[in-house]
Amino acid sequence: MPIHAEETVDVEGGMAVLKKSVTKLTNILEGLPEMPFNTMEYMLLCTYVVSTDSFSLSLLSFLPLMMDLLLSTIYNMCTMKTHYDLSAQLYEEYKKSLMDYLDSLVLPSLRSKHDEYMLKELVRRWFNYKVMVRWLSRFFHYLDRYFVKKRSLLPLREAGIACFRDVVYGEMKGKIKDAVISLIYQEREGSQIDRALLNSVVEIFIQIGLGSNEYYEVNFEDPLLRDTAAYYSRKASKWILEDSCPEYMLKAEECLKQETDRADHYLHPTTKQKLIENVEHQLLSVNEIQLLEKENSGCLALLRDDMVDDLERTYRLFSRIPEGLTHFSQLFKQHVTAEGTAFVSQAENAARSKRVSDQWVQFLSENHELMNLLGFQVLIRRIIELHDKYIGYVQESFQNHTLLNKALKEAFDVLCNKDVASTSSAEMLASFCDNVLKIAGSEKLSDEEIDRTLEKAMKLLSYINDKDLFAEFSRKKLARRLLFDRYANVDHERSMLTCLKRQCGGQLSSKMEGMVTDLTLAKENQSSFEDYLDANPHAYPGTDLSVSVLTTGFWPSYKSSDLTLPDEMVKCIEAFKKFYECSTKNRRLSWIYSLGTCNINAKFDAKSIELTVATYQAAVLLLFNSADRLSYAEIKAQLNSTDEDMIRVLHSLACARYKILKKTPMTDTISPNDIFEFNFKFTDKMRRIKVPLPPVDENKKMIEHVNKDRRYAVDANIVRIMKSRKALGHQQLVLECIQQLSRMFKPDVNLIKQRIEDLIIREFLQRDEEDPNVYKYMA
Amino acid sequence: MRRSSTRKTGSAVPVNPSSGSSDTYRSASSKAVSKEVERIDNLFYAYADASSGLIDPEGIESFCSDLEVDYTDVRILMLAWKMKAEKQGYFTLEEWRRGLKALHADTISKLKKSLSELEKEVARPTNFSDFYSYSFRYCLTEDKQKCIDIESACELLDLVLGFQFRPQVDKLVEYLKHQRDYKVINMDQWTSFLRFCNEINFPSLDNYDAELAWPLILDNFVEWIREKQS
Repeated sequence: MPIHAEETVDVEGGMAVLKKSVTKLTNILEGLPEMPFNTMEYMLLCTYVVSTDSFSLSLLSFLPLMMDLLLSTIYNMCTMKTHYDLSAQLYEEYKKSLMDYLDSLVLPSLRSKHDEYMLKELVRRWFNYKVMVRWLSRFFHYLDRYFVKKRSLLPLREAGIACFRDVVYGEMKGKIKDAVISLIYQEREGSQIDRALLNSVVEIFIQIGLGSNEYYEVNFEDPLLRDTAAYYSRKASKWILEDSCPEYMLKAEECLKQETDRADHYLHPTTKQKLIENVEHQLLSVNEIQLLEKENSGCLALLRDDMVDDLERTYRLFSRIPEGLTHFSQLFKQHVTAEGTAFVSQAENAARSKRVSDQWVQFLSENHELMNLLGFQVLIRRIIELHDKYIGYVQESFQNHTLLNKALKEAFDVLCNKDVASTSSAEMLASFCDNVLKIAGSEKLSDEEIDRTLEKAMKLLSYINDKDLFAEFSRKKLARRLLFDRYANVDHERSMLTCLKRQCGGQLSSKMEGMVTDLTLAKENQSSFEDYLDANPHAYPGTDLSVSVLTTGFWPSYKSSDLTLPDEMVKCIEAFKKFYECSTKNRRLSWIYSLGTCNINAKFDAKSIELTVATYQAAVLLLFNSADRLSYAEIKAQLNSTDEDMIRVLHSLACARYKILKKTPMTDTISPNDIFEFNFKFTDKMRRIKVPLPPVDENKKMIEHVNKDRRYAVDANIVRIMKSRKALGHQQLVLECIQQLSRMFKPDVNLIKQRIEDLIIREFLQRDEEDPNVYKYMA
Repeated sequence: MRRSSTRKTGSAVPVNPSSGSSDTYRSASSKAVSKEVERIDNLFYAYADASSGLIDPEGIESFCSDLEVDYTDVRILMLAWKMKAEKQGYFTLEEWRRGLKALHADTISKLKKSLSELEKEVARPTNFSDFYSYSFRYCLTEDKQKCIDIESACELLDLVLGFQFRPQVDKLVEYLKHQRDYKVINMDQWTSFLRFCNEINFPSLDNYDAELAWPLILDNFVEWIREKQS
């Protein structure tokens, strides 16, 4: 039909046309029969057909015929100059058509259905309605171009949706929401539900909002979250009473998985996090303490029974909620501390029950045997294993989380600083390492095992406060290893020192490194000495001599004594002195006899036996070459020795395992009235025996030495800090001091105070006149 | 008695060089002053030892008996402080002059009267801390001495602080005699005792914080008291 723009369109006529087309459209949507189409319509149809859907087909067939008419009608109505507010009327007509449709057809059908059926109907209706809106918008399209914008009204499509919202949604929203939630409930309880349906319903909530999620949130999401909270709260209350901790957590994990799945499948993306947080709160936060502290299945039990999977699950779940790991890490710390403390108590009890007497101590030649006896080796080993195990947990199962790392550190800070039977942890660890390094020489353990064990032992060192004490003990033991054990393995020694350096810095390890180097040099020196003797046979002192020349500063300080040596030894010393003087000037040799060893051939009645003894012991024995019987006093006088040394040495020769000397009276202790004779009757199945001389207990001296060093270190540190700061408050000074010295030891606050006071007296520092809590550096 | 400050007032008066009266005035005042100095000096020589030219312990003893004050009385210490006397047991002429002039006392009776004023003066907080420090230094008799022994410290505490802080002093003295860590007290510790009495509630000790810069001896003292209380 030809269109003439000038034609004045009769308003009522135009409206009638519109109404007719709307009705037609409605009927098609309702699936009601419509006028059959004539041939021309069909021809046009062919060119327009896009889909084979009969519904679309009928629409499309309807369209070409009516479209022109509709469009032109509307166009004319809008542009008619005289009726220029026709647009408004058209706009209202548009809306009214839609609302009538909704009121008369959609609502009643929805009202008649319930639950899932209602939802299905809703989705169907919505779909149809959207089609309706789409087409009607096309008809009335001209309004969109000018009228809507001019009047700032909702564009047609949006207006259509708003109609649905006001008419249908307004009334049905509650029921829709209830239906959906009820379906969700069923799904939670295990039934299968039509997820696509729910997806579509949720879509409606979203699209109703016309860009904002307000309706979705208020009418659906909030009630859903409340319902979810209630649901899981009920479940949690039930489970917490009935289930064990692992069972509960399995269920919780499963629920969280399901809810995530649910959210992914048919809820709006913004809901997901809120939903999950909701569930986490109900299942995990609310019952956290009760759950973790369950009597036989809570955290402590899981740790006790090494239930790694369950612990990992616990970590995973509780790391989701804020502050969720606080309690867990506390329990972890509690457990580790308890286990460690149990070991320590066991060792303490064992040590006390042995009631080690001085005699006993002397009988045990080596300190490590003593440590072993007292169970200290076992303790250290156990603590190392404990550390290994739980650091594994932290790093692997707990993803190296800060809180758990901290908990472990705090636990070990306590454990590694406990004394057992008045033996410090520093000493115990030093003995342990000493033992490992001794065995290193004898190939009982493989190289890798040794290195591994030492590395683990060094990890414990990081927790020990008195690192400098450890270093001092280690140094002493290193000295004995280097000088007495000919099997010390230099590589292992160096690798341990590297570990130590890494942990505590060079200050503590430098001296020991010097000691190890010294020994290599000493060996070279010795071979030069031997070459010298070869070249000068007259210089040979009559006895084979080997000397280790050590650098004083590196080695622990030893008392040098004025022991009167037997002639044979004196000759040796003189010979070496001559040699040494040719090769070096300006160096003074100080002889430490207490560290020497001697091989003596002893001619007993039965057979000759070679005795390996300490120099002191040799000195005593050689006296019997010129006398048959000697009293204690005589021996002491001839050797120019002290009572302390005398008792030790004579005991080792007369009252210990090998009785080289005969003592009258035959008691177990040495007294100044004893008489000694060479024991001709002595024999042993071996041709060579070692007669050990137990070392002097120098622990007290060592601790004093360390304390003295500490005083200097604190003094130096305070002065250094004050020099750079000029003025500093007391508490800050103390804090900085502790922090700076922490690599070596943990200074006692009182010690720092003491040193400050001393520095005040020595006029390095003074108190500020205004504020006595502030110190000033006095240049 | 003419006040020694006449010299000051003398200068405030507009001086007319031609006026004869100011001359007389000045000479009169200076005559009075010199009379005072003379009396003070005479008093000094009454007690001083002829050979050393100083008042020695013996002299001080007789001086004290004339004053009717025991020589261990704290007021003698206060007098020494006023004099800024350097050596315990001795007064030099300069010190004597300084003290007596400041007190406006040139006779024994005037001195006696001035003592109560002196006590009040010392009690004023600003003067008291100075007096307190002075009393410690006064006891350092040897050349490079920096500390005083516990016994003397206790006596001094009693003398100097006993009046104001009787309970603290009693307890502190008890502790000092009981403990074995320190055999001498140094200046820093001494100063802290006064601070302690002034600042810390006694006997509750509730505001004492060992984490602050109190000397260790006081930390130990407080701990000792707390142990006894519980």
